[in-house]
Amino acid sequence: MAARFSVRSAALHLVLIVLGIVWIYPFVWMIFSSLKTNTEFIVSGFKLLPEHAQWDNYARAWKTGNFSAYFSNSVIITCTTVAIVVIMCALTGYALGRVKFPGYKLFVLAITATMFIPKGYTIIPIYQIIKHLGLLNTMAGIIVAESSGAHVLFILLYMTYFQNLPKELEEASEMDGCGFLRTFFRIMLPLAKPIIATTAIMQFIWTWNSFFVPLIFSLNKPELRTLAVGMYAFVGEHTVDWSGMAAGASIAVVPVVLVFIVFQRFFIEGISGSVKG
Amino acid sequence: MTTPTRAPAEPSARLKRETVRYMWAYLFILPQLVFFIVFTIYPIIMSYVYSFFEWSGFGPLSDFVRFDNFVRLVKDDKFWNAFGNSLVFMAVKIVILMPTTLLMALVLNHAFFKGKVFYRTVFFLPVVATTSIVGIIMKFIFGNDQALVNEVLKALGLISDPIPWLGQSGTAMGVLIVVGSWKFFGMMMVYWLAGLQSLPGDVYEAAKVDGAGYWQTLRSVTLPLLVPVGSVILLLTVVNSMNVFDLVKTLTDGGPFFATETVDLYIYNYAFSTSGFPQIGYASAAGIVFGLTIFVITLLLGWLGRRTGNSRQSRTAKQAMGGM
Repeated sequence: MAARFSVRSAALHLVLIVLGIVWIYPFVWMIFSSLKTNTEFIVSGFKLLPEHAQWDNYARAWKTGNFSAYFSNSVIITCTTVAIVVIMCALTGYALGRVKFPGYKLFVLAITATMFIPKGYTIIPIYQIIKHLGLLNTMAGIIVAESSGAHVLFILLYMTYFQNLPKELEEASEMDGCGFLRTFFRIMLPLAKPIIATTAIMQFIWTWNSFFVPLIFSLNKPELRTLAVGMYAFVGEHTVDWSGMAAGASIAVVPVVLVFIVFQRFFIEGISGSVKG
Repeated sequence: MTTPTRAPAEPSARLKRETVRYMWAYLFILPQLVFFIVFTIYPIIMSYVYSFFEWSGFGPLSDFVRFDNFVRLVKDDKFWNAFGNSLVFMAVKIVILMPTTLLMALVLNHAFFKGKVFYRTVFFLPVVATTSIVGIIMKFIFGNDQALVNEVLKALGLISDPIPWLGQSGTAMGVLIVVGSWKFFGMMMVYWLAGLQSLPGDVYEAAKVDGAGYWQTLRSVTLPLLVPVGSVILLLTVVNSMNVFDLVKTLTDGGPFFATETVDLYIYNYAFSTSGFPQIGYASAAGIVFGLTIFVITLLLGWLGRRTGNSRQSRTAKQAMGGM
């Protein structure tokens, strides 16, 4: 019995490893291509290794390709959006989880009902609002648009977590003379670290990868491009610099993949939360 | 002072405490509420309003045209082409992904199987990679005569002449679907894994006691119990499949000859295209027609999911829906 299992699982491992290599091969190809010369890029077929590693491709993408600016835009937009969304959702989730205020049910119903409305289809009015706020062609405009949406999953994650904390915690804190606000910041919020991590990582990955919103909001202002948008522009402008393109793609993709690998536990938990509730 | 016996003696103090707490709660939800009203509710309403106007996005909304935008839309073959493309993309992707991702989750979830986290990471990687950049990379992998896929297929002896994958309509749609499925595979796999882990253990004990083998248990216990979770996953996949913009824009840009133009790209081209005058009203009308179609589809799926689950499972499904 045991032997049969081990043969079967060895066969399974073999299949999965081969499939896994094919699966991530596009990324492997991207990274190796970023170290080739442009001639090698065309003629080398599926030979992976370059003759000499061309680190110069990265320097070219970083300086001439403007990736230094794109990178810093991506970092600023992503980090600010993460901070805004995490704080906003923690506050909302706490109120919903701990206080049954009048209108509580209506609020939860309203945000869950709009869950299935995809962002792309309300972008036109959002664009007009940002314009009326005078934030068009500014970094703040992109950040506000990125932070918009109802964040249903995040709010519910916080809500369930805060709901399940014992009531005595709050009461003990109140006996010590802490008000609602202090209780939240000193006692409750620090306890919610796992949820903070989950929501921050998920929002980080989403915002970093976001393309539609920064594309629209940087149409008239190329200086505001993020990596995702800058890469697209780079391909349009430097049509024959393939290895520079691969270097730029690596600059954009490697950080987010690393963030995922390091913090994947939190990310997977958040994703699982969306089916399990 | 413990919870149940708290302060019946001083109702006014308790009332005051409740009032203060309500005030704080309202203050806490205020930022989200403002964002929600301004960036979710208002845009939904306004996209309906815009759809009744001929408007370029500049100046006042003055040119009320009643249902003209909708009439024009319904008569536009290009819209129906995009509509069809979106639905084909969605349907084929779902048909490919539902069984394969479930299979992968079952393999990884098997008690005797080691290395679950490793494989999960590998197969999840495309999900976290920037979609627009994946589109560009894939364009180079499929795009020209010397591209990787053609070289590999030639080396394997499967083809003798390179195939212009992105240059002909059928294969371009095929590549789009394959890449889109590859990109979302890991997400659905994790959904299924979460579903599998939430199944009640006692049922399996009972099946074991009854002497049921792995396949029998799978067929008559696991799969039926997974139906409600499955319908939630289906719903999430439908919603995800509507947002192909990032991939389509960077991989094919709708080409060749609109063969891969999806509704979100169609809307973008009318609302934000740098060439020509933006037609906000018309684009909004397109968004509404497609959005309503999807809404009907999700309602149908939700109804189907509720019908198929028994009482206990449908509770799980409801929780899951609420938890999205």
